[in-house]
Amino acid sequence: MRESTIMKIHYGTALAAVALVAVHILMRLTQGFADSLEYESVIANYKFVPYAIMLELILILLSVHGFNGLRVILLELKQGQIYEKAVSYGCLAAMIGLIAYGSRTIIMTNMGMV
Amino acid sequence: MAQVSSIANEQTSTPVSSSKSVMLRISRYNPEHDDSSKFMEFNVPYEKWTTVLEAILEVKKHFDHSVAVRYSCRQATCGSCGMMINGKPRLACFTKISELDSDVVTVEPMNNFPIIRDLAVKFERLFDTHQKIKPYLIRDDTELETDEREFLQSPKELEQYIQFANCIKCGLCNSACPTMATDSSFVGPQALAQAYRYVADSRDKGKDSRLKIIDESHGIWRCHFAGSCSQVCPKGVDPAMGIQFLRGYLLGFRS
Amino acid sequence: MTKDEHKAGIGGMANPTRYGIERVAYWLMRLTGLGLLAYFVAHIYETSNILRGQVGWDEFLALTQTTEGHIFLALVIAMCVFHTVNGVRVMLGHGGIGVGTPARPDYPYDPASQNYRHKIGIYSAILLAAIATMYGLAVMFGE
Repeated sequence: MRESTIMKIHYGTALAAVALVAVHILMRLTQGFADSLEYESVIANYKFVPYAIMLELILILLSVHGFNGLRVILLELKQGQIYEKAVSYGCLAAMIGLIAYGSRTIIMTNMGMV
Repeated sequence: MAQVSSIANEQTSTPVSSSKSVMLRISRYNPEHDDSSKFMEFNVPYEKWTTVLEAILEVKKHFDHSVAVRYSCRQATCGSCGMMINGKPRLACFTKISELDSDVVTVEPMNNFPIIRDLAVKFERLFDTHQKIKPYLIRDDTELETDEREFLQSPKELEQYIQFANCIKCGLCNSACPTMATDSSFVGPQALAQAYRYVADSRDKGKDSRLKIIDESHGIWRCHFAGSCSQVCPKGVDPAMGIQFLRGYLLGFRS
Repeated sequence: MTKDEHKAGIGGMANPTRYGIERVAYWLMRLTGLGLLAYFVAHIYETSNILRGQVGWDEFLALTQTTEGHIFLALVIAMCVFHTVNGVRVMLGHGGIGVGTPARPDYPYDPASQNYRHKIGIYSAILLAAIATMYGLAVMFGE
């Protein structure tokens, strides 16, 4: 993938994540911060499908943006073909791993498998 | 241990009229013999107009002719005498001691360039990256037909790139760049600004090929708009501006 | 990176002094980005406690509902707001927006790209981060 395409994804994920994270935080504030963190309230949030979809989107957007940012920093710190490949594939693996782990929580909670 | 010498204690061939003097600390390092650099200190008299280069040349004349420094025009045109002066990359011929507002002036070789000896650094990489971005006009019809005139430009078209054509390849921008501090493969602000200089030239048709060259993992995207390159440029080139315009083409903001 | 290259290194890259507020913003952007990624990974891990049922969730919640937990979260808010606002500024700059127009340079060659618009953007990011942090602390400690 060309670097310009990767960076367009980087900017796009950032902008989309800002909008969705704002909604996520507003949900905490409108429900009352402490109350919104109560077990029943959190379960209700996860079971509300649009909210669960939004959490999944935030998970994907921030994972892509965050691990690409980490890749950029690491590529600038040290150079070398093996190192650069290890960084790129390592960040991709970490991104997929985190998305898989977070998705498992969202899906299982949404389906009432708690 | 730093060695201290003073012109006032010596018989000099030129009369010293100044009452002011400055401690000039010069970094000494020869990669062939030395494990690390060390500083030598010299008390040098100066006037309001004395430049750092003149002070270094005084040291060479009176104390230690072996101090290695590269210079030529002494008027900020050749781009030879770039060095770290009190921690910032500057041209020694363009920096007056009186402007530094310090009793101690420390000169070191420019960061991010391999050292030849003392204050002289290698420019090979800078010239390589400069060459990489094709610093010349690209077009199919380079041969003029009979009765045709030169490739005319309006003053407005000239304004688009003339600022970037002021680059003297001194390397100060590459020395100040935070990415170049760690990234040996980064193409650098000097070359990127020159890429924009040609892309913005109305006579040039090589935009696509240049954009392709810089759109790689150690290309234009490793610039994070810290702007240090523009702050140290002694000719007002403002590489950061050129780089952002260039990136605008890749992001679709410009066509 | 070899010694021969005479690179400024991580110290030179991370040094926020010498080159003005723009270099400070560059450094803070990097630092907050790494901090937020670390928090994000930790947040995904901690919220997965919900799968352990009410007992597991309440145990985790008790850990975060402390003074230290609230201060840590306030720091996250500061990082998040700064990274967002400064990120928008940088993104606009990357598109060539607000970086001035090319012109014949005049001595003393003040770079047009380092203009007041971007400086205001940086200071706004810092100010908004401080305000959001104080609001966050008020919400967390007010309850």
